[in-house]
Amino acid sequence: MGATMIEKILARASGNVDVKVGDIVFARPHMILSHDNSAAILKIFEGLGGKKVWDHDRIFIALDHAVPPPDDKKANNHKMIREFVRKNKIENFFDCGCGICHQVLPEEGLVEPGTVIFGSDSHTTTHGALGAAGIPIGRTETASVWALGETWLKVPPTIKFVLNGELRDGVVAKDVILYIIGQVTADGATYKAVEFHGPVVEKMGVGGRLTLCNMAAEMGAKAGMVPFDDITSEFLKGRLAGKYEPLNPDDDAEYESILEIDCSMIGPQVALPHKVDNVVAAADIEDTRIDVALLGTCTNGRLEDLHQAALILKGKKIADGVRLLVYPASRAILSEANRDGTSSILLEAGAQIAIPACGPCLGAYGGVLAPGENCVSTANRNFKGRMGCKEDTGVYLASPATVAASAIEGRIVSPYA
Amino acid sequence: MEIKGRVWILDDDDINTDVIYPGKYTYEMFSNEEMAKHALEDFDPGFASKVREGDIVIAGKNFGCGSSREQAVTCLKYAGVGAIVAASYARLYYRNAINQALYVIECPEASGYARAHREEISGSEATLDPEKGSMTLGGREFRFPPMTGKAREIFAAGGLAEYTRKKLEQQ
Repeated sequence: MGATMIEKILARASGNVDVKVGDIVFARPHMILSHDNSAAILKIFEGLGGKKVWDHDRIFIALDHAVPPPDDKKANNHKMIREFVRKNKIENFFDCGCGICHQVLPEEGLVEPGTVIFGSDSHTTTHGALGAAGIPIGRTETASVWALGETWLKVPPTIKFVLNGELRDGVVAKDVILYIIGQVTADGATYKAVEFHGPVVEKMGVGGRLTLCNMAAEMGAKAGMVPFDDITSEFLKGRLAGKYEPLNPDDDAEYESILEIDCSMIGPQVALPHKVDNVVAAADIEDTRIDVALLGTCTNGRLEDLHQAALILKGKKIADGVRLLVYPASRAILSEANRDGTSSILLEAGAQIAIPACGPCLGAYGGVLAPGENCVSTANRNFKGRMGCKEDTGVYLASPATVAASAIEGRIVSPYA
Repeated sequence: MEIKGRVWILDDDDINTDVIYPGKYTYEMFSNEEMAKHALEDFDPGFASKVREGDIVIAGKNFGCGSSREQAVTCLKYAGVGAIVAASYARLYYRNAINQALYVIECPEASGYARAHREEISGSEATLDPEKGSMTLGGREFRFPPMTGKAREIFAAGGLAEYTRKKLEQQ
């Protein structure tokens, strides 16, 4: 019997020849990621009696949640992090404005296929798009890994999604993953790994794959992964120096279940408040008024996402009273959007372009809703109060195209009739 | 060790970390006691001021889904919650709770019973023995598998911080 991706990756990361579902292993990460929460983590680390980190080359920190700092407390958190970074000679530190941790890590070539990436952020699953196992952990656990270089994991069973058919025009990875979450529900993959296969994934660029794996977290998955292929290899060229050894699943790997999805019938999707699995077709809720349209975040702040929105917004204006907030996922993306004219299209349509960061998605900083307001957003969560205000607010999750089309109309619309 | 306390029924599935501990506080460097004041703020604003030491929180399935934020565990622990009983947990929440040494009991039967008899059980006293894997709720007894393996080892050390401290001392 062959092995799944997670079995192979955890075996290698723990120095075992092979592992099976249910085994407890101690895994050593290729990288461990954190962000503004590094301030809290470093305090825990020091409290543990940690004098120096186990390997300063494997620690990655990007400041992205409260950026630039809105008050002196958050500014001081950042200052503490900078001092810690200097003291511990952490080179993979990305200060305010560089971008969102889950974009910068792959962009900088720090995700190596076949390895474990730990992260003190629930969307660490994102990095599975490059054939790694991105596994989220908490703050104390991150401090513990900074000190010891490893932590324990139970080898999970895997659900294999086979994405068949062909995507309709204008339908993107976000629509597909929202549709899947609607089907399997918010705890459909709890304690499990998921792999994405099939012709739709094989044709999908790294950007779309990052979106799929990012939102695997919203079905409770421990890791979401796409097998390594030429598209992965092409993305890594010029980013990841040195040799690497991908680990793809065996043809006879044992899956807990295999779910075949016909993607040809998926249209633009929307997750209604306040649960991510509350998914309907965008066309079915077209009377929903919106006040804010959020384009960006670790789910959909990449260049191709801005391009999709620009395609719809070109020569148009957003509706009166609507605020279109654009948060590119990294400085490199913003820079490219400026160079290729995307930023101008968005600005002329009435968008506000912000510093690469992720604050509004979780109400950490910026873009807070007023009582009674609705937001259509490319982010990954729509929990009650998520965008900083719980009084009669609603967050609707959708693709960049749906967000752009809805901003023009001031109500949710399907971008492609 | 037996835990005895009043029952709080959070009558929903998928109770997420944002309603347990809102995102707007996650980058404030609050003390444990300050975090406790915001426990379940966006789910039941009255909870934090009324909860007492040893109280038992009962919820549906996929409790603690969403963010990795550990404060969603810390706030309940320091609010005095003796144990959480749920039909199931989100993976990260369960892990964070073990790491913080807060009892998280998976018992779909107790969860289902409490939610079905919410009126009479809410506020009543329940007892729970995590080592024996038993719980008395509304005059009925429920069983659940006690913690084993690595999770138990970390819990017994007083949480992951203590566990790591000891490991570092041995190095």
